[in-house]
Amino acid sequence: MKIINCPLNGPRNSSEFVHGGEVRQMPDPNNCTDKEWADYVFYSDNQIGVVTEWWLHAASGYWFIAERHTASDEILRTYDPSEIYTSRFEFSEKAASGLPEEMTV
Amino acid sequence: MPFSLLKYGLNKDYPFEKNADLPAPSALKQHYDVVIIGAGGHGVATAYYLAKYHGITNVAVLEKGYLGGGNTARNTAVIRSNYLTSEGVKFYSESVKLFQGLSNEFDFNIMYSRRGQLTLAHTDAAIRGFRQRTEVNKHFGGKTELIDPQQIRELVPSLNMNPADQPVLAGLWHIDGATARHDAVAWGYAKGATQRGVELHQLTEVTGVDVEKGKVTGVQTNRGKVSCGCVVQAVAGHSSIVAGMAGIRMPITTYPLQAMVTQPVKPFLDPLVSSPALHCYVQQTGRGELVFGGGSDPYPLYNTRSTMDLKESLLAHAVELFPFMANMRLMRQWAGLTDMTSDYSPIMGLSPVDNYYLDAGWGTWGFKSTPICGKTMAELVATGKVPELIAPFAMSRFDTFRQVNEMGATAASH
Repeated sequence: MKIINCPLNGPRNSSEFVHGGEVRQMPDPNNCTDKEWADYVFYSDNQIGVVTEWWLHAASGYWFIAERHTASDEILRTYDPSEIYTSRFEFSEKAASGLPEEMTV
Repeated sequence: MPFSLLKYGLNKDYPFEKNADLPAPSALKQHYDVVIIGAGGHGVATAYYLAKYHGITNVAVLEKGYLGGGNTARNTAVIRSNYLTSEGVKFYSESVKLFQGLSNEFDFNIMYSRRGQLTLAHTDAAIRGFRQRTEVNKHFGGKTELIDPQQIRELVPSLNMNPADQPVLAGLWHIDGATARHDAVAWGYAKGATQRGVELHQLTEVTGVDVEKGKVTGVQTNRGKVSCGCVVQAVAGHSSIVAGMAGIRMPITTYPLQAMVTQPVKPFLDPLVSSPALHCYVQQTGRGELVFGGGSDPYPLYNTRSTMDLKESLLAHAVELFPFMANMRLMRQWAGLTDMTSDYSPIMGLSPVDNYYLDAGWGTWGFKSTPICGKTMAELVATGKVPELIAPFAMSRFDTFRQVNEMGATAASH
């Protein structure tokens, strides 16, 4: 069984984890075009190389970020999302439209 | 031994060049009207119909490996049309019809064998879904019925009716379900295409696509540069990568999909049997082997080295369906790469680059659509107009949020 190194729980079996998709910048849903939103929801680079992805340790309900190579399946690094996400994100309409670009992740 | 055979064998001209199935390799020309990337079933079928129906023979099929050596050789050769959406059912029914005549058309046996395909329902919700599929299929002239457990027992006496404590409640019986030899389909199309003047270049990898002012003008390969009028991309498993060379981003994620085959045994299983709830399908080949496969791996990967977890669950479920399989020996195990779209329908037709045509997103439904894909893609290339049958599968459907939600796309559910 493949072992994934969870930043919270240490090395665990891969069967305890769920893949959550690429980490990507969310466009502002109130102001972006349909094409931008479609790109965010459906499209992907899907190339061979290192990708930054969300993973969930299902047993403890803990989300983290992993850097993984899509051909060798090697996980290069796992870390807590606080390395990228430094502040709380508000989903309210007012907050979403008023946030500066770097916070609308 | 007849003397004529001995004479033939000792003839110094043997093997006769003119009798060869494929012409000897030649140098790449400077220019082709049409370049097809990928000599799998879809690529060579497109070349075949271009030459046969449209008289376009200045065509090169470029293949980085060998003919039919990619996902054409890795699928489990299921042919069926019992889909859910009207768009899907119309498209795949045409494909089944074309498959039925291919051996005669090629004068080459593709070992087409109509067995019927049986999908099992283990829940009331699954039965409701099957009812809908039955009616949609009948409406478009397909032969699909909902059958009860007694009928299932009669069709497949060896089936465990209570696999993994999930009793079989009903079955979707698709009478047109069939299988064929996947290699032979690619060989038949390639032979027919090259006899009509199409060039097939194996070991020729496309390394770049030349685009000028939004229009494709040529491709770069490991054997040099080729200019062309248009390009058809038919590279299941690497669609995003090749499209990326032309600067096209696609709504595709690539996952490995596993399958296995056992030692051959006496014929006992006529229909192709699948259970979406158990993520498993089983069929017996003409040679007596049991072929079985499952759902895709749980996360995206460009690697056919299959994961142990999926192997274990696939084997466990196959043994639940047919308990005596526990005593059989496995001969081979492999994986293919599936280009999954979020609505389980293919991506066919025009792309954001002019004269660059896409035949992609063939997740787990590529082999069964080989003939109709070849025919419709050839029509698109020859006329420049998108055939009605594939219009719903345009990539632009994702931009307008008009997906074709094909939940009947897979016999094993993902």
